[in-house]
Amino acid sequence: MATEPVPQRRTDIGPPHYDQFLHPLIKRNYGKWKHHEALKPGVLVHTAESGEAIYTVRAASARLLSTDFIKWVCDMADKYADGYLRFTSRNNIEFLLANKENIDPLIKDLNARGVPVGGTHNSISGVVHTQGWIHCHTSATDASGLAKTIMDELDEYFSSHKLPQRVKIAVACCLNMCGAVHCSDIAILGIHRKPPYVNHANLKNLCEIPTTVAACPTAAIRPVTVDGKASVEVDREKCMYCGNCYTTCPAMPLADADNDGVSIWVGGKVANARTRPMFSKLAIPYLPNNPPRWPEVTEAVKKIVDVYAANAKPWERIGEWIERISWPKFFEITGLPFTRYHIDDFRGANKTYRTTTHMKF
Amino acid sequence: MEDKPKLDVPTPKLDELEKGPWPSFVTEIKRAATKSAMARDLVRQVEQSYNDRVGHWKHGGLVGVRGYGSGIIGRYSGKAEQFPEVAQFHTVRVNQPAGWFYTTKALRELCDMWDRHGSGLTNMHGSTGDIIFLGTKTEELEPFFTELTQKGWDLGGSGSATRTPSCCVGPARCEMACYDTLALTQDLTMEFQDTIHRPAWPYKFKFKMSGCPNDCVSGIARADFTIIGMWRDAIRIDQSAIPEYLGFEGFDLRRDVLDKCPTKCIEWDGKKLSINDKECNHCMHCLNVMPKALRIGKDTGATILLGAKAPIVEGALMSSVLVPFMKMEPPFTEVKDLVQRIWDFWEEFGNNRERVGELVTRVGLANFIEAIGLEPNPYMVMHPRENPYVFYDVDEAAE
Repeated sequence: MATEPVPQRRTDIGPPHYDQFLHPLIKRNYGKWKHHEALKPGVLVHTAESGEAIYTVRAASARLLSTDFIKWVCDMADKYADGYLRFTSRNNIEFLLANKENIDPLIKDLNARGVPVGGTHNSISGVVHTQGWIHCHTSATDASGLAKTIMDELDEYFSSHKLPQRVKIAVACCLNMCGAVHCSDIAILGIHRKPPYVNHANLKNLCEIPTTVAACPTAAIRPVTVDGKASVEVDREKCMYCGNCYTTCPAMPLADADNDGVSIWVGGKVANARTRPMFSKLAIPYLPNNPPRWPEVTEAVKKIVDVYAANAKPWERIGEWIERISWPKFFEITGLPFTRYHIDDFRGANKTYRTTTHMKF
Repeated sequence: MEDKPKLDVPTPKLDELEKGPWPSFVTEIKRAATKSAMARDLVRQVEQSYNDRVGHWKHGGLVGVRGYGSGIIGRYSGKAEQFPEVAQFHTVRVNQPAGWFYTTKALRELCDMWDRHGSGLTNMHGSTGDIIFLGTKTEELEPFFTELTQKGWDLGGSGSATRTPSCCVGPARCEMACYDTLALTQDLTMEFQDTIHRPAWPYKFKFKMSGCPNDCVSGIARADFTIIGMWRDAIRIDQSAIPEYLGFEGFDLRRDVLDKCPTKCIEWDGKKLSINDKECNHCMHCLNVMPKALRIGKDTGATILLGAKAPIVEGALMSSVLVPFMKMEPPFTEVKDLVQRIWDFWEEFGNNRERVGELVTRVGLANFIEAIGLEPNPYMVMHPRENPYVFYDVDEAAE
């Protein structure tokens, strides 16, 4: 019986060249775009020096997608966009249309399937987030669930341009921050609040002790012998529950149903527009994990967005708005309590103390 | 495709997340579950997590394809007896095309391959930029990889490797692009294949290419090596396009543009807009607000910044300027040489799990740039030192 010849093994070929995936209209005008405008929320037109225009329809996605859904998206792109599409860094789907007449029929088809169109200009675009309980071993919360409930609440801001500026929301389910949420307008961060549990019986078999000790940013881990077995102990006073030891040593889990939860950070940005990029700062130190819909978290995020929408001046990002009104005012008008946890106590903390009498009362 | 796929397993908690206007990831898992036993057990395990309020995945393990040390993230269920189909549920990272452009033909091919070898679940895309294929068994990895490479695709980076470079939409569909972000991304990805596929660094190393200071791929917050498009000459003004903006409802040139300019370098005399380009700090605001009237200059290139990272281990960092302006044209020799010099230093002096930004913090920027052969430059800092404890070179002092 003849067997299939084994194909020659190919390695290190890299990704396919992007050139083959570009719409012919894009190829013709590559690098020669002149300007763009938003025709309406979710619809952009880019005009080239040649006078040709490409229309982009931006649609939301759940980020976690089934192949069936992607194939349906392909059907839409075949029907309206000559079979060309792209994705954005915030998990939106962008259909690239040469024909302006296709915009409204496409939007109609997308909306009929429950796919919102928007995410452009002064809106809340898709949530950048991590894997959470779907796929991660260190998560303190579920990122997909939080992103879903938060966007259910803020959906009107995705499909409109009514905010003073864009608001970028990100969710990371632990301090590892695969979603690098630390420069977001609003960041939702999964947190642990108790030191890891040390499995002394197994630690020696699963972990390299010197690497585990070295993994701790605050030097809270010491080698120790327990019941004749080499292990480690954690200084509870020094531990700040980052989970870095667990990444190195599986015998030190720190997930805890009753104590894990979520903190909320505000005012970060990465764009250099007007002001420098900024880190997000702590707004709410702890909210409980309350699946499936995290009502405390969605309520808090909605409140921050609503207060920002009502008070910020045009073009101010959340961070710029707070810088102008001052942080005490932010806590005052949002009604969020300011606590000892808001005062930094890690390295370089004193750079955040107020060394001026400039204050607004 | 069914709108609301029904499963024979009860998932009351997750069902709550199929309500509301935003697209539901639960519906997506259920869709995959109508075809894949793995996705079916995934729904069951995630429902369990929603009841228990903890994740049920075990620590990763070493799995991969032959000859590669990265691209596959091993994942095992901590409840394998209850959910046997996800006992192994590994992630495959596939290197995305630059700019995340696709044809439907290519996307369908990828989906078909994943249906044959995995759970049928994906992320389009992961945070670093890869296509994420979520959930397959160890025995499927090598056959999937063979099929993938036959179709012209390859794995992305993971672990202590160069991570898959990614970029903004760039000159493919943006008038703000100061260099070809897609070309550079493709070039660096091909040049550094070995370091992407075989982890050999102290820790991860990420590249992000943004075409302008709007930084749409968040390079300044997320990439060890950040390349942000920049121009050096004058912003181009089309005076004839200004009246259109003045006619927009709610538009106020003074409030929305002039007063928002951080260096107040724009003037309007009622007929003509002028910009004092020597004062412009390239913030992008006026260009963002009036793209029909204003365009970036013609002498374009990029600013190179180094060192961003999330908090683990020593705290979050943003990238800081290494080279204020560099021309950015193929074959990109100057930037590749710089990368190599940084890697040589990091490889020799970086501690285990120390990102390059933390290394720079530890040894000091002055020592670092000396080691990689860059001259001190005031663009590298926000301001000169305030601290008078200066380590003068004793050898330079007179006897």
